Amino acid sequence: MEPDQQHWIDCIRRIRDDKDQSAFIDLFRHFAPRVKAFLMRGGTDAALAEETTQEVMATLWNKAHLFDPTRASVATWIFTIARNRKIDAIRKQRRPEPEDIGWGPEAEPDQEDVLSLQQDTARLNEAIKTLPDKQRVLIEHAYFGDLSHSEIAEKTGLPLGTIKSRIRLALERLRHSMA
Amino acid sequence: MTKMTNINHHLTDELIMGYSAGKLPEAIDLLIATHISMCDDCRAAMESYDALGGALLEDDTLITDIADMDDGSLAATLALIGEQKVSTTKPVISDVPAPLAGYIGGSLSDVRWRPVGMGVRQAILQTEGDAVARLLHIPAGVAIPHHSHGGLELTLVLKGAFTDEDGHFGPGDVEIADENTDHTPVADLSEDCYCLAVTDASLKFKSLLPKLIQPFVRI
Repeated sequence: MEPDQQHWIDCIRRIRDDKDQSAFIDLFRHFAPRVKAFLMRGGTDAALAEETTQEVMATLWNKAHLFDPTRASVATWIFTIARNRKIDAIRKQRRPEPEDIGWGPEAEPDQEDVLSLQQDTARLNEAIKTLPDKQRVLIEHAYFGDLSHSEIAEKTGLPLGTIKSRIRLALERLRHSMA
Repeated sequence: MTKMTNINHHLTDELIMGYSAGKLPEAIDLLIATHISMCDDCRAAMESYDALGGALLEDDTLITDIADMDDGSLAATLALIGEQKVSTTKPVISDVPAPLAGYIGGSLSDVRWRPVGMGVRQAILQTEGDAVARLLHIPAGVAIPHHSHGGLELTLVLKGAFTDEDGHFGPGDVEIADENTDHTPVADLSEDCYCLAVTDASLKFKSLLPKLIQPFVRI
């Protein structure tokens, strides 16, 4: 079994608080090859994928203070960094990002919220594993592959709705506290 | 710029997923980022699709060919940490959401408009890729002539409102039109209407259109 989500969260914290290299090495060993594979899947050659992956992983260190475990898993956060870097460095395009609404990570995020998100994430990971092969390949293709070959698929029933509701609630709470 | 509360016309799941996956032309990304800045519902949907991207990164059955990193890769990355410039973007004071403000360098009054007839003015924004983003200023009560499209047209209302055959569109609302849409938008009488409109007539994006009707992951 792979290290659990909490382990990766702790690694990010150790980087943020103690500049802990061993925590970084742990993250690097697990995630760097995945990021590189993601980039190569999209048609990037090995050399550029390697270089871009190094930049992604360095960004992870430099932006460790911005990671919020109540909103995203470590894998999700790394995915967004890699995606943005890919658009910027490989597609040479700007990436307009939504306006920051000032809900950065709290100093001590509510552990219950962190756990809920981990449960949602675990459910999503599990649901992807149990998808029929054809649908899984389509989703993978939509995210990692080349757009032009996508085709229509039926609804997959992935449990994204629960994640969306949770984030929606958190946004409402935030808007309320800012009002 | 604050969140709008009465948005009735949202982005499709297909578009939000395309944005999350990083597959869309810059002009469409810009419209999506601007709408999400105004709409918590679509923001939550976007973060859910980001979660799907994260889950794929963790899925060993999908990443069947996990790439090896080069020799010396870790050392090179550790060296890179100190050299990397961490970009900090200064917020621009504006009457439009931040992502759009960055493209016009301020507020709607800073835009260099060009007349296109009937009192309507436009300004094309500088974006890479196949799609074209333009700002539209439609004076109160004015109609944009009857038109149809070669491809996809997304129109996001920034200020004011318009009505056409598909309904009434106010601040934050997005109208999604394709080649089968034949419409005549008319700005409300009460105030001028400002919109961000994105068109993509390229064949590549046309092939995406059927999916707009039937997104394959609906949330």
